[in-house]
Amino acid sequence: MSANLRRWAFPVFAAAMLVLPALPVPDFWITQSSYIGMYALVSLGLVLLTGVAGLTSFGQAAFVGVGAYTAAFLTVNLAASPWLALLLGVVFAIVAALIVGAITLRMSGHYLPLATIAWGLALNYTMANMDWLGKYDGIVGVPTLTLGSVDLGTGRGLHVLVWVFALLAALAVTRLLDSRTGRAIRSLRSGSTMAEAMGVSTFRYKLVIFVIAAVLAAMSGWLFAFFQRTVNPTPFSLGKGIEYLFMAVLGGVSHVWGAFLGAAVVKLTDDQLQVLLPRLIGTSGNFETIVFGLVLIGVLKYAPDGLWTFAGRWWPAADRPRDWDKAPPLPTRDKPEIGGPLLEVSAVRKEFGGLVAVNNVSFDIRAGDIVALIGPNGAGKSTTFNLITGVLPLTSGEVRFRGQTVSGLPSREIARRGVSRTFQHVKMNPDMTVLENVALGGHLRGSSGAVRAMLRMDREEERQLFAEAERQLARIGMTEHMHELAGNLPMGPQRLMEIARALCTDPALLLLDEPAAGLRHKEKQALAKVLRQLKSEGVSLLLVEHDMDFVMGLADRIVVMEFGTRLMEGTPAEVQASPEVRAAYLGTEH
Amino acid sequence: MDLSIASILALDGLTNGAVYALLALATVLLFAVTRVIFIPQGEFVAFGALTLALFQAGRVPGTVWFLLALAAAAAVSDVIDGVRHRRAAQRIAIQVVRTLAWPVVASAIAIWAAPQNPPLLVQALLTMALVTPFGSLIYRLAYESLADAPVLVLLIVSVGVHFALVGLGLFFFGAEGFRNPSFWDARFSAGGLTLSGQAVIIFLVSLALIAMLWLVFERTLVGKALRATAVNRLGARLMGISSAGAGRLAFAMAAFIGALSGLLIGPTTTIFYDSGFLIGLKGFVAAVFAGLSSYPLALVGALGVGLLESFGSFWASSFKEVIVFSSILPVLLWRSLRDPHGEEH
Repeated sequence: MSANLRRWAFPVFAAAMLVLPALPVPDFWITQSSYIGMYALVSLGLVLLTGVAGLTSFGQAAFVGVGAYTAAFLTVNLAASPWLALLLGVVFAIVAALIVGAITLRMSGHYLPLATIAWGLALNYTMANMDWLGKYDGIVGVPTLTLGSVDLGTGRGLHVLVWVFALLAALAVTRLLDSRTGRAIRSLRSGSTMAEAMGVSTFRYKLVIFVIAAVLAAMSGWLFAFFQRTVNPTPFSLGKGIEYLFMAVLGGVSHVWGAFLGAAVVKLTDDQLQVLLPRLIGTSGNFETIVFGLVLIGVLKYAPDGLWTFAGRWWPAADRPRDWDKAPPLPTRDKPEIGGPLLEVSAVRKEFGGLVAVNNVSFDIRAGDIVALIGPNGAGKSTTFNLITGVLPLTSGEVRFRGQTVSGLPSREIARRGVSRTFQHVKMNPDMTVLENVALGGHLRGSSGAVRAMLRMDREEERQLFAEAERQLARIGMTEHMHELAGNLPMGPQRLMEIARALCTDPALLLLDEPAAGLRHKEKQALAKVLRQLKSEGVSLLLVEHDMDFVMGLADRIVVMEFGTRLMEGTPAEVQASPEVRAAYLGTEH
Repeated sequence: MDLSIASILALDGLTNGAVYALLALATVLLFAVTRVIFIPQGEFVAFGALTLALFQAGRVPGTVWFLLALAAAAAVSDVIDGVRHRRAAQRIAIQVVRTLAWPVVASAIAIWAAPQNPPLLVQALLTMALVTPFGSLIYRLAYESLADAPVLVLLIVSVGVHFALVGLGLFFFGAEGFRNPSFWDARFSAGGLTLSGQAVIIFLVSLALIAMLWLVFERTLVGKALRATAVNRLGARLMGISSAGAGRLAFAMAAFIGALSGLLIGPTTTIFYDSGFLIGLKGFVAAVFAGLSSYPLALVGALGVGLLESFGSFWASSFKEVIVFSSILPVLLWRSLRDPHGEEH
């Protein structure tokens, strides 16, 4: 029943919206529905930005304006083809988004919305003051759109085109989110450290979705110009930009269909309020902003997932169909020869202000070694990990991997060279399934981008990635959990999932930060077995661990750290016999 | 342009810049203490200016009813909160009285005094007394229960607050614009340069306020508590500093600064119910220049915005807003190159 519902919901909805103009529906509702389609296009971009990636923009109305003014100016003043105007409007929007995004997206997330406020205001004032854009009067007399010999007009004909755009956009965004690029985008919200460690250029993907959102807005503006047949600065003001965000938040900012629901609710109530409120209050004015403002605050407080969650409750997600049995395996990396030099850490140092967290620590790892880094709390083990993997910049010293200097590289470049890791505090996307989280580890082994994902040209690669993800999950005995949301797992399995994700990158060196913490005895034994098997395949391991039984039974060599310095290095037997190590852990007798 | 025009423009720019500086300081203060990016800071400016204007006209300003409405909403939320936590009726009543005391007393005085046309200074003091409690009430109603939400959510809430305040401003003040009389009509001429008494007042009050803020933050326990909250909310909480209390105080200070800015800027331009937004955003550009973190840089940025605006309006008057708001992009570029790795918490 529910599987059928899911399969047929979109085609039925799409057909209904496209057939609507042919039915005896009053013109008023056709107009409303056209507005909803155009608004939903814009809010769809905001769903991508705000709900999926944790960014936001108040300036989407300005991008709508770019599309609308380009269409109006080209078709009225230059008598150019509307389709050329669509192309140019999109290009202008992309250029503007690239500039605003390139400037702000390297900084923390709140600078983008601030910049978009400025961009929205500045563009709006520019439109209102340019003689050749008609100043406040704008451009009037935009022709209607024709398709072949059919004049689409501004009513029923255009409604079809609006909804073709809106539905295709919804389909494209849905497909995008379920792809290699989509997993990278969905990992942006939980900070950049983990995504970067999996080889994702977070800056690039933030820019990609900001551009996509701008393109959707520009398309909406292009439609708007032919729908209204006149453009002026008012519908592209900052206030309107904020209203688009309101639609997305109200509808459900993390769901594609939330954009449509929000656009519909806002458009329909807006009209009612504009009539009702002035009558209630006794004078005319934009009093509906009061309601919008209060509702926006209320939604964020009491229903942060918006209205769509209420719809989504009787719409449970289906397990991903297992269609990757016959997928050919992904190519693997050449592993270094066992016993050869792999990682050389020489005199690495990290100072935080006056505190020396890691003080000129050196050690080597040969290929096929399992090396453990142990020491009391605060000894600098995790910081050393972060220095090796490029999460933190070095103060001084050098790290060489397979003969190349990697210190100073960003962590995604170090990941590309074959170093993968897990985190002391699990970092994952709780809203993705276990399988998808693990498949994120395969990011660098695929290559499909956003456009291929939207056109579904990436399915073969997706099957390969999921086959690999499942293989790694099977290795740590977690296949039965693969369709669960990662956020629903207990702590121990979450750690194991991180290991599977790291394995999915096909590493030559794997850094595990307290892999056994939170695991039960049996699980620890199973994990030790997996790690030994990895060693036999030529993967080298560096692990931080507090469970001494686990470490002593597994490691070939142990590096002991205390107060940021290397205390000693040796075999497990040597370390156990060392009086210094005993003193570091237990104190000295006096 | 000759030197005399340039100096007139510079003086004009610095006068406005001084007001923007106050707003920028308030924005930085709020972000540091509560992580709220407070878009509606400018609304306090409009409320301050309009309240004084209505006192001038001998009318009871709409601020009174607005304030009472907010206070009533906060009192209702006190009661709901109290019942939900099963507090004793007496404790709930005390809390309600605390919430209502200032707004009701200030409103009562305002209603009584308004028709009697008190001196300008008294009207100004009443205005401050009416607008300042808006800050803590807005914090309580909109932000307090979301105090630990991400910056992005708080920012969107700010937008909602802005929407609501502008609409309510229209309801309580009407669409009419007002221009206040100067506090000091004197004029000083030196060469080709004329300095109005109002400009002198703007400079002096801005300086006094900055000095006062400095004293509060450096020398008082309350100020140090706010700074502690800004540095580390959890740590401050463990030391017994209420982060909700710090938030209310910071918002009250922001409303105080906003209302004062409204009094200062009121005589230099006509203010409508929605004029605050643009004025506030200019303070905002300055705060962004300071990375929302440095008070001295915010000051420099604000004076820069004021100068840019006055020279911009001389060269291309219809594009002065475009110039001011576009200037945020090179500023952000500079910040991005200087400090590219700002990871969110």
